[in-house]
Amino acid sequence: MIASLAMLVAIGFVTPDPVRIGSKAFTESVILGDLAEQLLNEEGIPALHRRELGGTQVLFHALEAGELDVYPEYTGTIAAEILAGQNLKGEAEIRAALAGRGIGIGRSLGFNNTYAIGMQDTVAAKLGIRTISDLRKHPDLKFGVSNEFIERIDGWPGLRTRYDLPQRDVVGLEHVLAYKALASGEIAATELYSTDAEILALGLRVLRDDLGYFPSYECVWLYRLDLKTRAAKPLRVLERLEGRIDETAMARMNKRAKIDKVVESRVAADFLRETIGVKSKVVSEGFARRLVRRLGEHLFLVAVSLSAAIAVAIPLGVIASRRPLAGVFILSVAGMIQTIPSLALLVFMIPVLGIGAKPALVALFLYSLLPILRNTATGLREVPIGLRESAEALGLPAWSRLWKVEFPLASRGILGGIKTAAVINIGTATIGALIGAGGFGQPILTGIRRDDLTMILWEGAIPAAVLAIAVQAAFDLSERLVVPKGLRL
Amino acid sequence: MIEFQGVSKSYEGRVILPRLDLTLPAGKSTILIGPSGCGKSTLLRLVIGLVRPDTGTVSVEGTLLNPETVTAIRRALGYVIQDGGLFPHLSARDNVALMARHLGWNAGRVDRRLGELAELTRFPLDGLDRFPTQLSGGQRQRVGLMRALMLDPSVILLDEPLGALDPMVRAELQVDLRAIFRELKKTVVMVTHDLGEAGWFADEILLMRDGRIVQRGPLSDLLDIPAEPFVAQFVRAQRQVLEIDGKDRP
Repeated sequence: MIASLAMLVAIGFVTPDPVRIGSKAFTESVILGDLAEQLLNEEGIPALHRRELGGTQVLFHALEAGELDVYPEYTGTIAAEILAGQNLKGEAEIRAALAGRGIGIGRSLGFNNTYAIGMQDTVAAKLGIRTISDLRKHPDLKFGVSNEFIERIDGWPGLRTRYDLPQRDVVGLEHVLAYKALASGEIAATELYSTDAEILALGLRVLRDDLGYFPSYECVWLYRLDLKTRAAKPLRVLERLEGRIDETAMARMNKRAKIDKVVESRVAADFLRETIGVKSKVVSEGFARRLVRRLGEHLFLVAVSLSAAIAVAIPLGVIASRRPLAGVFILSVAGMIQTIPSLALLVFMIPVLGIGAKPALVALFLYSLLPILRNTATGLREVPIGLRESAEALGLPAWSRLWKVEFPLASRGILGGIKTAAVINIGTATIGALIGAGGFGQPILTGIRRDDLTMILWEGAIPAAVLAIAVQAAFDLSERLVVPKGLRL
Repeated sequence: MIEFQGVSKSYEGRVILPRLDLTLPAGKSTILIGPSGCGKSTLLRLVIGLVRPDTGTVSVEGTLLNPETVTAIRRALGYVIQDGGLFPHLSARDNVALMARHLGWNAGRVDRRLGELAELTRFPLDGLDRFPTQLSGGQRQRVGLMRALMLDPSVILLDEPLGALDPMVRAELQVDLRAIFRELKKTVVMVTHDLGEAGWFADEILLMRDGRIVQRGPLSDLLDIPAEPFVAQFVRAQRQVLEIDGKDRP
């Protein structure tokens, strides 16, 4: 079964190349990914959107590794995170630095998603405030900004210095609460992102950054330069979106998805129809089909990684039980692997293994080693010395002693280790969604992003928990097959 | 015949056997006796290859024991330990047949041999499918003996085989074991700490102390002509037990 599953994956990797679009795990990025996918598909170019692939590091590594062809990125992020420490000035230098890594950069899609200062539109209109400079005339205005913004050098302290703002009444509070406080009039102004859904939902006015204080976070396509040589057409199609999405349009799409809970693909389709004049199909999958597909993805991850871990950890456990020094070494290494945070492990592997199932399988394999290893080594060490000697004294060769005496006697412990590994594995497999491996982690990720507890629970967390319980029950039943009857009396 | 030549053994800095030259005759029952830690079990374990000598050599039936010969020698020896040393995951039948099956005996041959051994050791045939935890101590010891005899070894080594049994069962097994040994005419080497049991089985008793053979001979020699004061002291210490125990003994 495992071999045939592996075959399916292998086939999956060699099907004719669609243009692979990536998106980060937040709504705006997902909408942009859907826009690109639908537009390309409607132009007859096969395209595949790999949604919600975690953060910048995951996306950019995947692009460099050739696992993705294009994804939406922000110029400020490119300068501050991707090319950090290179002290690049201006667009030309950034373009050159990216080109050196085989990556191209498009022109702005038309919006700048940066920090901004927002006020209730009615209040701002009454006071005649349009720009941040206008705030100087109103020293009594109460500011509420996020705790992060208060502390960042490029946040409140810098803003106050640059504009010489007189306001002293500034409180730090959670971003979400700031919107509520703004709506109720407790505070008059807050910092926001210029395409936040709440701008439209709450009727906020975004004050113009007339002194150009905030860095530019223009949204652009980042793409592999070899996409140009492979086929120029996809790029020309994607260029049609450049300059077409302004802050208001993006904020409107964000609002429809986040506040009105319209699925991203529908939001993208509506935008294409209204603004670009392209009709696209929105395919939606029913609950049952989604559940079955994710179950398949999840089981694939667990079955393959666990089988590989069993095949490797049991022999290593045998060695560890025989040679104390090697045992200390093997168990220390496995223990060390266990302490690597899963997201870090996944990101490390992207340059080598790309995104999708492969790095997730390797990570899950590595995490499954320790419980199996430890239980195998301990189980074999705890076989009573008298029984080991009896087997030796009979004249059984070492290999037969292991198979006929020691493994059966240690079977309960070894099976326990495999069971622990399986349950941990099912839980950990949910993080595979961060790098596009699918499974029950996907709805958890989407649900967190959309603030949709129902989706998190019913499509992700509960199915994963039920799966863990089912697998545990299956192992309990298999104990009858694996553990010899004489040990169960 | 079993020969020890210049054999010495220390364990974690403690000398168990200082230096031993010893020959145990074929076809006889030799009983090793002595206080705990005198090295009697180590002698058996040297023969079966569970302990390797620091110096000197051990040979069994003329074959020198070394890493190449140890497996063959083990298969020509039967080894019985206290409480049988049965594998708890295998039925009595599978315990006894384990090695024969490994050697490729067919089912018919295995069953015939099992039948013979069950009769010899007076073990009920229907008990063969029970697991060790479902057997009494005496039954476990009979299964252990069957397992040791399965390949018809020329030498049987027994390390306090009856130590864990209650007196009634023990007495019964003593009778059966001696009858079996006499019938099979095997070379028997048994370790015990019970002088009465030693006398019951022995063609010859070896009394050991601190890795040395203090006296060698029949029980009557040990009782009547002790080779050194320790022998008399050992006999005296056991006499009381011998007399009480003797009443149960046929």
